[in-house]
Amino acid sequence: MTTVATSPPVTAGGPRKGGRVKRWVVPGVLIAVTITWLVPTLGLFITSFKSRAASSQYGWWQVWQGGWTLDNYNEVLFSPSLPPPGFADNFINTIIITIPATILPIAIAAVAAYAFAWLDFPFRNWIFLGVIALLVVPLQVTWVPVLKIFNTLNLTGTFPGIWLAHTGYGLAFAIFLLRNFMADIPNDLIESARIDGAGNVKIFTRIVLPLSLPAIAALAIFQFVWVWNDLMNALIFLQTPDKFPLTVGIRNLLGQYGNEWNLLSAGAFLSMIVPLIVFFALQRYFVRGLTSGAVKG
Amino acid sequence: MRWRPWLWLAPALILLAVFLVWPVIRTIWISFHSGSIINPTREFVGLENYQELFTNDPAFIKYDLPPWSALFNSALWVGLFTLGVIAFGLLVGVLADKVKYEKTAKAIVFLPLVVSFTAASVVFRLVYSTDPNIGLINAMLGLIGFGPVAFLGEPNLVNFAIIGAGIWVWTALSMTILAASYKALPEETHEAAAVDGASEWQVFWRVSLPQMKGPIIVVAVTMIINALKAVDLVLIMTTGGPGFSSRIVGFTVYWEIFNNNAAGYGSAVAVVLLVMMAPLMWWQMRQIRAAEAR
Amino acid sequence: MAEIRMDDLTKIYDDGTLAVGEFTLTIEDGEFLVLVGPSGCGKSTVLRMIAGLEDITRGEMHIGDNLVNDVTPKDRDIAMVFQNYALYPHMTVRDNMAFGLKLRKTPKDEIRRRVAEAAGILEITDLLDRKPKALSGGQRQRVAMGRAIVREPAAFLMDEPLSNLDAKLRVQMRAELERIHNRLETTTVYVTHDQVEAMTLGDRVAVLRAVSPARPYNLQQVGPPHELFNDPQNLFVAGFIGSPAMNMIYARLEAEGEDVWVVFGDYRLKVDPRTLERHPGLENRTNEELVMGVRPTSMEASVIAGPDPDRTMRITAEVDENLGAEVFVHHTLNLRPVITPDVEELLADAGQTPESLGDTTEFVARISSDVDVTKGEQLDVVIDTRKLFFFDPKSGSRIGARSATAAAG
Repeated sequence: MTTVATSPPVTAGGPRKGGRVKRWVVPGVLIAVTITWLVPTLGLFITSFKSRAASSQYGWWQVWQGGWTLDNYNEVLFSPSLPPPGFADNFINTIIITIPATILPIAIAAVAAYAFAWLDFPFRNWIFLGVIALLVVPLQVTWVPVLKIFNTLNLTGTFPGIWLAHTGYGLAFAIFLLRNFMADIPNDLIESARIDGAGNVKIFTRIVLPLSLPAIAALAIFQFVWVWNDLMNALIFLQTPDKFPLTVGIRNLLGQYGNEWNLLSAGAFLSMIVPLIVFFALQRYFVRGLTSGAVKG
Repeated sequence: MRWRPWLWLAPALILLAVFLVWPVIRTIWISFHSGSIINPTREFVGLENYQELFTNDPAFIKYDLPPWSALFNSALWVGLFTLGVIAFGLLVGVLADKVKYEKTAKAIVFLPLVVSFTAASVVFRLVYSTDPNIGLINAMLGLIGFGPVAFLGEPNLVNFAIIGAGIWVWTALSMTILAASYKALPEETHEAAAVDGASEWQVFWRVSLPQMKGPIIVVAVTMIINALKAVDLVLIMTTGGPGFSSRIVGFTVYWEIFNNNAAGYGSAVAVVLLVMMAPLMWWQMRQIRAAEAR
Repeated sequence: MAEIRMDDLTKIYDDGTLAVGEFTLTIEDGEFLVLVGPSGCGKSTVLRMIAGLEDITRGEMHIGDNLVNDVTPKDRDIAMVFQNYALYPHMTVRDNMAFGLKLRKTPKDEIRRRVAEAAGILEITDLLDRKPKALSGGQRQRVAMGRAIVREPAAFLMDEPLSNLDAKLRVQMRAELERIHNRLETTTVYVTHDQVEAMTLGDRVAVLRAVSPARPYNLQQVGPPHELFNDPQNLFVAGFIGSPAMNMIYARLEAEGEDVWVVFGDYRLKVDPRTLERHPGLENRTNEELVMGVRPTSMEASVIAGPDPDRTMRITAEVDENLGAEVFVHHTLNLRPVITPDVEELLADAGQTPESLGDTTEFVARISSDVDVTKGEQLDVVIDTRKLFFFDPKSGSRIGARSATAAAG
């Protein structure tokens, strides 16, 4: 149908950076790469629904051979044959670790970021530059001394310990991102609030914090996924099996059942579910956080 | 009134000091000692750890290649991994801009970044499995008559196999940044080039790409840092094996400290890692300061 | 060099929007043709179709003897100057200019010679080693021109090239463009929103307008500037061309023996026979409401023109704009304003709505500045009734006009 517009769009008809490539080249290459990226996860997903016999007898790409089953999930989550804790406990541990380890660093970083953006104190820029420098420190360099401190304070193997670790390690990036966002809030807004009689606490809670919500949301998603997926900190600072999260659970599964692909796949897929949901639900924030944070830092 | 701002900063600065500043200093000190995790500074040994590392540790540096060792493998990662991530990121980021299913293609490539390295490692152990009923690649090789290849068991292949998994994970980041920068390029310069007589390929190569130089360097630096830091993929896929042929510097720190309980020696490796990263840290800080000045 | 021939050109976007319809126009070899019209009228789309940056949905486009519908931009042998100049930010001025020649594997000596020559013409020789971001707006504009000139193409395409310059620079570059065209005599298609630019630059001017369901074509009228000014074929062209704009008034014709009079409000003017000649059939449209158009420039104060009671309007000088040589006097007629689809479109382009006009008609007269005008005082103005225009209030066409499509062809 041809409709008539009073003001036709100037660049409608899709972006055309520079004319036409042969029509099949672009889709061909792109689809090939995309499939290559999808296939590994797809294989994992299908394998996780195959019985032990089916998974060793047929390749997962013979999708319909050997039937489907949910037994793997049942076994991974609840089977007493697996070393304690079961995967269900790992799942709960991951949640217990992740939620405070997401909220804490962002709360502390927001307060500090406000100071860096809007308060005046000596060496402000130098200290901020120091924070930026910490952004790139490889965590390997910190493990032994931090573990030593934790041992002294009896924090090793406790949830508060790992919360603190994630807070300490996540702070630098959070401060950096939030400070930059807060510094972009127009000066007029802050000053007019001051003239209206607001102190720093009011300005922070009533003006800066609400305006920074997009950045906080992006950061929260980031930190959440980061902590959820963390293996190294859990391995190093938790040490007690009954507090292990999913990632450590998978590693133990690999040690125990290195060739039971049906079980391994189910376990790995279980650990992926929550990040995947977060990603698909909040993709927009995710991408925005990535471009704003990574382009600069 | 003067002390008020410090009240805002105190929690953050204390945590940063405890978890980053102090440990870095302390680790440098520990690296001059021989000791365990429990007692890292048991015995002061001066530069012995470093001497051992650079002259006598075939797992860290080995002068008759192959199989390669941690330092060379890290160099391989820095080159190949960084190049691969940028190449695929550009490919998807730019090509997806020209098709209708842009969002779907990008979402699929983005996916690996939200799953854990642990899960990604399981995924790739599956892909690389020698069992032709499990590993897709070996199943395909079998079809054309090649016997199963032990991608993770062959010293000459294992690094490339793990780097492949790394590229699979990290392309998402490079794609996102480079696609955003490509979309921000002025459309008119592409049209001007087309009218000037450039083919589509020439437009990309001579007009788009040079304008994306900044973001490409940012991605490259980020990826070099990631390559040097990496632990998880190697730990779960091969634990540095077979032998020590897939060890890299970031992994070696973990392995020496926690597997070999050699806190002093591992700390020396950590310090080497820190020194390797120093130029990148310096570059990043300069970038950020330049951005601040604007 | 070549002529550009467009036959029944049509552009429909993927979403079904008709942007350009039934566009037929031949641009002669060496001609400077201006496409002018309000934003959204399709002028840029036509230009981009000539460039090959937009696909042609239907119709044929020839450059010289070649059918170029499916020819890529790079093979069309045209050069384009963009509104935002589109300079390559990573190249120096010299490389910007040489880029197209390098792609065509022009010998190095030849590139050097052409760049030097074009830089000389444009007086940018000192800037050749700078990057675009170190240039002022006017300098960037020159580089964009230079990039087109060195190519020695069959045609120049220019998309509002002066619109980003300030007023003074714009006048200067306009003169420059004219000089360059006189020197190179390359076929040029020039898109602009500014009718003054169109009238001063164009050998011929094509007036475009957004398509509507009733009128699936864009081209309203094409001709030399004086023709558009003196012989507009409809209200849209009459209202778009000329500054200040033509006065539009609802009026009635009355026959009185041999004479025809035009009546509006309390005014009665005797229509000159030459106006009737230019409007075949007008004598049959007496005693019905028509739209009368009269340009402010077709008037003079009676103290200068001499008394002529049959053609005089007594007006009140409510506002006067003194431009030195002439004065524009504004007066309000107690008549409802002319509002037709054509007028509404012109208003929209100026950011106004029919409501903003109120229920009176604004009337502007140009008189010599030798006349003393005092604000609020009355003034007798003699109208040159040889130069009246009459339009059909429904269709907007001039009475007795060649049909609009014929005019477009």
